[in-house]
Amino acid sequence: MASLKELKGRINSVKSTQKITKAKQMVAAAKLRKAQTAAEAARPYAGRLAAVMASIAGKITVSDSSPKLLAGTGKDQVHLLVVANSDKGLCGAFNSNIVKAALVTARELEAQGKTVLFYLVGRKGRAVIRRVYPKAILASFDTTSVREPGYAEAEAIANELLALYDDGKFDVAHLFFSRFQSALAQIPTQQQIIPVPTPKAEAPAAGGAAVDYEPDEEEILAALLPRYLRTQIFGALLENAASEQGASMTAMDNATRNAGDLINKLTIQYNRSRQAAITTELIEIIAGAEAL
Amino acid sequence: MALHFELVTPARLVRSDDVYMVVVPGTEGEFGVLEGHAPFMSTVRDGTLKIYKTDGATPEEIQVQGGFAEVGENGLTVLAEHVEG
Repeated sequence: MASLKELKGRINSVKSTQKITKAKQMVAAAKLRKAQTAAEAARPYAGRLAAVMASIAGKITVSDSSPKLLAGTGKDQVHLLVVANSDKGLCGAFNSNIVKAALVTARELEAQGKTVLFYLVGRKGRAVIRRVYPKAILASFDTTSVREPGYAEAEAIANELLALYDDGKFDVAHLFFSRFQSALAQIPTQQQIIPVPTPKAEAPAAGGAAVDYEPDEEEILAALLPRYLRTQIFGALLENAASEQGASMTAMDNATRNAGDLINKLTIQYNRSRQAAITTELIEIIAGAEAL
Repeated sequence: MALHFELVTPARLVRSDDVYMVVVPGTEGEFGVLEGHAPFMSTVRDGTLKIYKTDGATPEEIQVQGGFAEVGENGLTVLAEHVEG
């Protein structure tokens, strides 16, 4: 049985762990609200852009002359997996879930004889992917210097991807991130970003009035595609940020609760030992008195 | 009756207002949009968006970058990547 002093030390160390997890939980809760507001604020733009894309794409037939971003390179050999992770830990299985989803897809693609490359955003998934696919990491994007992902980062990532695409480094790109559903549920999601999947046009625009385009449809579409890509990446970054905080909050809540349980258990054990020591001492004294 | 005008960036909805007229710097020249404009879509060059709250009022100017304008039944929507002012 552990000595009283040892038990006291353990109780104290668990208590300080609990303080840390509790603080992290509250920080995550506050950040989660902020991240959710940011994600909501980005919705009107994404929604409008998707609607415009759909209405234009519905008017254009994809042919060889269409922009490469829409029609693809004509090949389907090299797949780029863009994996968006966070920079910080203490968020449960958030990062490993995303990485796991990416690795499953990577294996499936390899089984089909395709080449798989990785583009990594954030610091956390890097080690795991590097261990499994040491040579497949094409590039990575560092987000450690920014506090929260903004449009500037999305723009930089998209531009880098576009440059790689123009160089013919890959044919298809998939984006992996975590879709935020609630603080308890974040769903690792895969989304094809290049070639841009044509958004499904909803029923023909209400009224069906003829729309004038200036310049013509194809030029507008060509200008819109990179913008659409950026918005998609931006949306994914925001979802990821919210998911990270949600996952962190849940994980830290569990950790705090576990620490509380452990403290209770240790305290009971501590009290028992103390009582046992007192009882032994009393018996000794009484036995001594009787002997006289 | 007035023109419903919305200015949206990826980060937020900057403006949602009823105004008299908006002059948009289109790629192929500036164009003004009044209420009841025919459906129209155009890319926007980097430049100044002029918003006239009422007829003859001094315009309010907003710098936009990397944009796109759409005129539909529910008014004018400008999607811009960056906005200043």
